[in-house]
Amino acid sequence: MLSFIIRRFLGAMAMLVVSSIVTFGIFFVLPKLAGQTTDQLAATYAGKAPTQQAIDDIKVRLGLDEPIAVQYARFVEGVFVGKEFDNGPSEIWCPPPCLGYSFTTNEPVLPKLLDRAPVTLSLALGASVLWVVTGVGIGVLSALRRGSVFDRAAMVTALAGVSLPIYFTGLVSLAVFAYGLGLWPTGVRYVPFTENPVDWAYNLILPWVTLSFLYAALYARLTRAGMLETLGEDYIRTARAKGLPERTVITRHALRASLTPILTVFGLDLGLLLGGAVLTESTFGFAGLGALSIQSIFTGDLPMVMGVVLLATLFVVLLNFLVDVLYAVVDPRVRLS
Amino acid sequence: MTRFKAIVATAVALTLAAGLSACGGDGDGDSSETSPANTALTALANPSDKKGGTLRFGSSDDWDSPDMGNTYYAFSQNFGRLYGRALTTFNSAPGKTLELVPDLAESLGEVSEDGLTWTYKIRKGVKYSDGTEVTAKDVKHAVERSNYTAELTEGPKYFKGYLKDNEEPYKGPYDDKSETGLEAIETPDDHTIVFHLNQPFAEFDFLVQMQTQPVPKAKDNGLEYQKNILSTGPYKIDTYERGKVMKLSRNEHWDPATDPLRADKALPDNIEVTLKINPDDLDNRLMSGALDIDIMGTGVQQAAQPKILGNQANLANSDNAIAGFLRYIGVNPNVKPFDNVHCRRAVAYAMDKVGAQTGHGGPVAGGDIATTILPPGVTGYKEANRYPSGADNHGDIEKAKQELTECGQPNGFKTTLTARSDRPKEVAAATAIQAGLKKVGIEVEIKQVPAGDYFGRYAGSPKWIRNNNAGLLSMAWAADWPSGYGFLSQIVDGRTIRDGGNTNIQETRLPEVDKLLDDAAKNTDPAARTAMYTKIDELVMEDATIVPLLYAKILLYRPPNVTNLTITEGYGGMYDYLNLGVK
Repeated sequence: MLSFIIRRFLGAMAMLVVSSIVTFGIFFVLPKLAGQTTDQLAATYAGKAPTQQAIDDIKVRLGLDEPIAVQYARFVEGVFVGKEFDNGPSEIWCPPPCLGYSFTTNEPVLPKLLDRAPVTLSLALGASVLWVVTGVGIGVLSALRRGSVFDRAAMVTALAGVSLPIYFTGLVSLAVFAYGLGLWPTGVRYVPFTENPVDWAYNLILPWVTLSFLYAALYARLTRAGMLETLGEDYIRTARAKGLPERTVITRHALRASLTPILTVFGLDLGLLLGGAVLTESTFGFAGLGALSIQSIFTGDLPMVMGVVLLATLFVVLLNFLVDVLYAVVDPRVRLS
Repeated sequence: MTRFKAIVATAVALTLAAGLSACGGDGDGDSSETSPANTALTALANPSDKKGGTLRFGSSDDWDSPDMGNTYYAFSQNFGRLYGRALTTFNSAPGKTLELVPDLAESLGEVSEDGLTWTYKIRKGVKYSDGTEVTAKDVKHAVERSNYTAELTEGPKYFKGYLKDNEEPYKGPYDDKSETGLEAIETPDDHTIVFHLNQPFAEFDFLVQMQTQPVPKAKDNGLEYQKNILSTGPYKIDTYERGKVMKLSRNEHWDPATDPLRADKALPDNIEVTLKINPDDLDNRLMSGALDIDIMGTGVQQAAQPKILGNQANLANSDNAIAGFLRYIGVNPNVKPFDNVHCRRAVAYAMDKVGAQTGHGGPVAGGDIATTILPPGVTGYKEANRYPSGADNHGDIEKAKQELTECGQPNGFKTTLTARSDRPKEVAAATAIQAGLKKVGIEVEIKQVPAGDYFGRYAGSPKWIRNNNAGLLSMAWAADWPSGYGFLSQIVDGRTIRDGGNTNIQETRLPEVDKLLDDAAKNTDPAARTAMYTKIDELVMEDATIVPLLYAKILLYRPPNVTNLTITEGYGGMYDYLNLGVK
């Protein structure tokens, strides 16, 4: 078990290093290959029609004129030993692990990420509970009543769920439930859990439902297919033949076996979502990590993008690790060694 | 399982792509015959003197910075007047919003005989939100930090261009810690500030309405100042969380006796700005009463237009304002055969302006057909139509052919028209223009380039224009201040042409125009200046390097519970934020 954890930890570290290098590369090398000059990059940090001197000043201040390798090394250095940033009259000290300082919004990256994370966390965790319960539930029922009206209706709805984009279902649900029926007459907004748990949950209902509609649909289809396959297995027939109650056959034998692949997908989905539910956040105007990443990409805010990417990678790696551990619990055939 | 993952990934990618393109807000406009009430264009809509309540702004985006020394947006300048007082500002009385009035200064600037020295007297008794008094030194510091430091880069740098520099170029207050600072700004006493210019500039009063909101040197913490701005206006900023919210409450140290402009205003007790709202949802919130004002003031999204134009109640609560910017096609004489003025005029006559208007969203969302360079709402605008493009504005084929013959190209020619690929409306307009010019034999190839680098690498680079035979260039332009000078100086002055970052993209080079601009800068008589701007407009039209398409317009919705709304021309056709109150 210990060696498994150590191996996984090293893998995760490597993953973080690789993704940070790739992000850095995408930001610096790709535009350069496309012909962008450092001047043009610097100009994105200035206002309308900047003077050459303003551009030169920015290049020096942000270190944009240094080789890319040096810039990357500076970033890594900041993570381990911290860094000082020029802020006009004084320096700003960014303690380790310093993920950098955004020169577009003039804020350090890490506090910003920590500030945004609860929004995405609330959104993703709530929605994931909802979609696993409804998705897997519907999937099992559909599989058991294969070909029934319920099965067909559920699968058509599921198809719609997978097909309809969130900014459509989100805006429609806002128009109908929030403003039309007046359930959230002033629109939904994020209320921190620590401020008022009831308001927190109430405001999250629409985003949860919207987000889980997409995923639940997928999980329902996935579960149904898995269940149908498992139900045809020999050991199910054996279980039934030895007189086990149908309930036990379904839950202990069939469902448990079909859960493994769902668990894998769930780990990835949740990991990705924790890195930012981009569309849901933008649609409902929630200031989470996803909204932050889109905003940072649009404004070319590299330090912030790096921060979000690293955090998102961390979530995916972490969730995958958890899934691997859970595998052993769900499926006794899997051993961690 | 990987297949399912792939499906999800594709679905997410597709929806993401669709979602992003939806942000551009493209599509065709609705040219309904019913029109908005337009009450706020000339008068005060929903007049009331009721005090109290919370005024709720919403924004689809965020500030570049709410620090008035580090911002460029018009909405930011307009809103900034609630917590900051510059030497001068735009009047907020209906119909007078183009007029500059003294704000922190007692009166408009006093200029010396040679036009090189401008003196302002600062009002006594103006206090910051921490109770200390504003001094002339703080105004000087505000100008120094916003124009001369390497850190505050977002705002304009006009002061740096017009003020005399020190013998050794001034490095800004963060690097140059000397007591004197920029020698061109003197503060003989706490309530007098003197600016020494390197060239006469008659519109200096327009410059000081930006970036002169005082900042005490001791409280200036550079880029971080945006989080602890000291207020001089009726409100102070209690919280500003980037990408989330800004909350303001009354500034107890604001004394109405020192502030004739705002004395009977400042109605709401609290102001709240919710940031980063989905643009379509923002419109829904406005119309459901969940929000009071869209702070950006650039008009409702495409999706909301039919909801306003097709509903009598909503029409009564909307305004179709002139946004103060012009959409035009630059015709570059350095690309053959446009070196011949007749070929340029042929384009002007043949232009399908209605097609361009439809492409930009129709008369309500797109704008009115333009026939001059200066749009209405900018000083110097005078109705004229040098090249009537037919009775229906779809193009005058006959006249165009006549010009083509005079140009020696009776059968037309081939050329290239640029358009910004990420501006679907501009592309749609370009397509209409292409079809219109084809009627007279001018074959146009549309070249789409990204908006981000439009001035840096493409249309703003004369070299690129020549290499790509780009004779026709799509363009939109708004002034930093609504005078003929503010509008024209960057787009028709032949001396501003440069390789990269060029805004005179059609390369207008008329010595007479350059001279008129210089004369206007020196002339202290506003009426004479206005006449010069009109003259420049006529000269450039005669030269036909600019073909005006549209005076851009925006459709604004005002919830019935918001009071005292009037459109300000000083800030590009949005509501004036000083007057507002809530019922």
